This record gives sequence, C-alpha cells and structure tokens, in this order.
Amino acid sequence: MEIISGVFLIIGGLFYALGGLGIFRMPDTFDRIQAGTKATTLGAFSILIGVAFMFPSWSLKLFLIALFIVLSNPIGSSALAKATYRSFGGPSNVERDDLKEFLGGTKDVD
Amino acid sequence: MITIIVFGLIGLGLLFALMRLIIGPTVADRVVSLDTFNVIVIGIIVMLSFVFERSLYLDIAIIYAILAFLETIVFARYLEGHYGNH
Repeated sequence: MEIISGVFLIIGGLFYALGGLGIFRMPDTFDRIQAGTKATTLGAFSILIGVAFMFPSWSLKLFLIALFIVLSNPIGSSALAKATYRSFGGPSNVERDDLKEFLGGTKDVD
Repeated sequence: MITIIVFGLIGLGLLFALMRLIIGPTVADRVVSLDTFNVIVIGIIVMLSFVFERSLYLDIAIIYAILAFLETIVFARYLEGHYGNH
C-alpha cells in the first residue's frame, strides 16, 4: 500500500512541476491557461489519490476537495479565457477566429 | 524520502509559477499564474496533512479551494470590466 501511495504522490508532484514549467515556457496567454489548468488538475487528483491510499478513513474529505477542484478549475479557466479574449484580443497565430464573428453581431454573450 | 522528492517537485512548479507572476507581460498572465499557484498551494496543504498525519488540515484545504475559486472569478470579472472595450 505504501508503494502505490508513493507512486501516486510522485506522479502528482511531477505533474505539478510540469504545469509550472508549462506556465513559464509557453509563448501565449491562452497556451498558458491551457497548460497551467490541465496539468495541475491531474497533479492535484494524483496527490489526493495517493493520500487516500495511505489513510483510507480520510476519503470523504479528500473526495470533497477533488469535487471542488473538478468543479472550480474548468469554470475559472473558461472565465479567464473569455476575459482575456475580450480585454486583449484573440491569439495572434490562428488562421480562423469564429468567436470574433460570433461576438461581432451581439452586444453581450454570457 | 518520498515526501522530500514530492515536496521538491511541488516547489519547482511553485517557483516557475512565481517567476511567471513576477515577469508576466500583461495582467492576464499574472492572473493565470495566480490561478495555477492556488491549485499548487492546495496540493501543498494536502501533503502537509499527510506528513503530520492530521486530518484537520484537510478542512483548511477545502476552505482554500472555495476562496481560490472566488478569487479567480472576481479577478476575471474585474479584468473584463476594466480593460474591456465593448
């Protein structure tokens, strides 16, 4: 049981480090949103699973934390992406931009 | 031994996110790196409860997750209203 827990904890730490590296190295704001959010979500899940293997009686609280992360992280990153698009414009290196045409006609789309 | 490796990897991610928070060219980059920073801090609190074997620290992680979500949403709305040109 300790070996499984240790493997999950190290995978979680590795994904946290990769998420931080991605948010440091990516060239665009939208790439940084994508790298930072997805990698750290997987890292958090892996660390929670590793702790739950070591202490099975804490599973309810760990499940609550996992539920909050899986609810709040995509909503937060989506809101950040929309705010970035509206404030600073879309990504510069794309060929077609459907959201621009979609936002062009209407005043406020939520 | 395992906890030292895990804390080292988490600290590496935290350091990279902090560097992006300092040198970020625009406000949006800083808010994005703050979002990542909060998720990494939740992992650190869970690891501390694992090391000290106290399940009370997990309550702090739950409250921190709620407050981090509110902070991200508030910063996103502020960014949209302040810098938006619609």
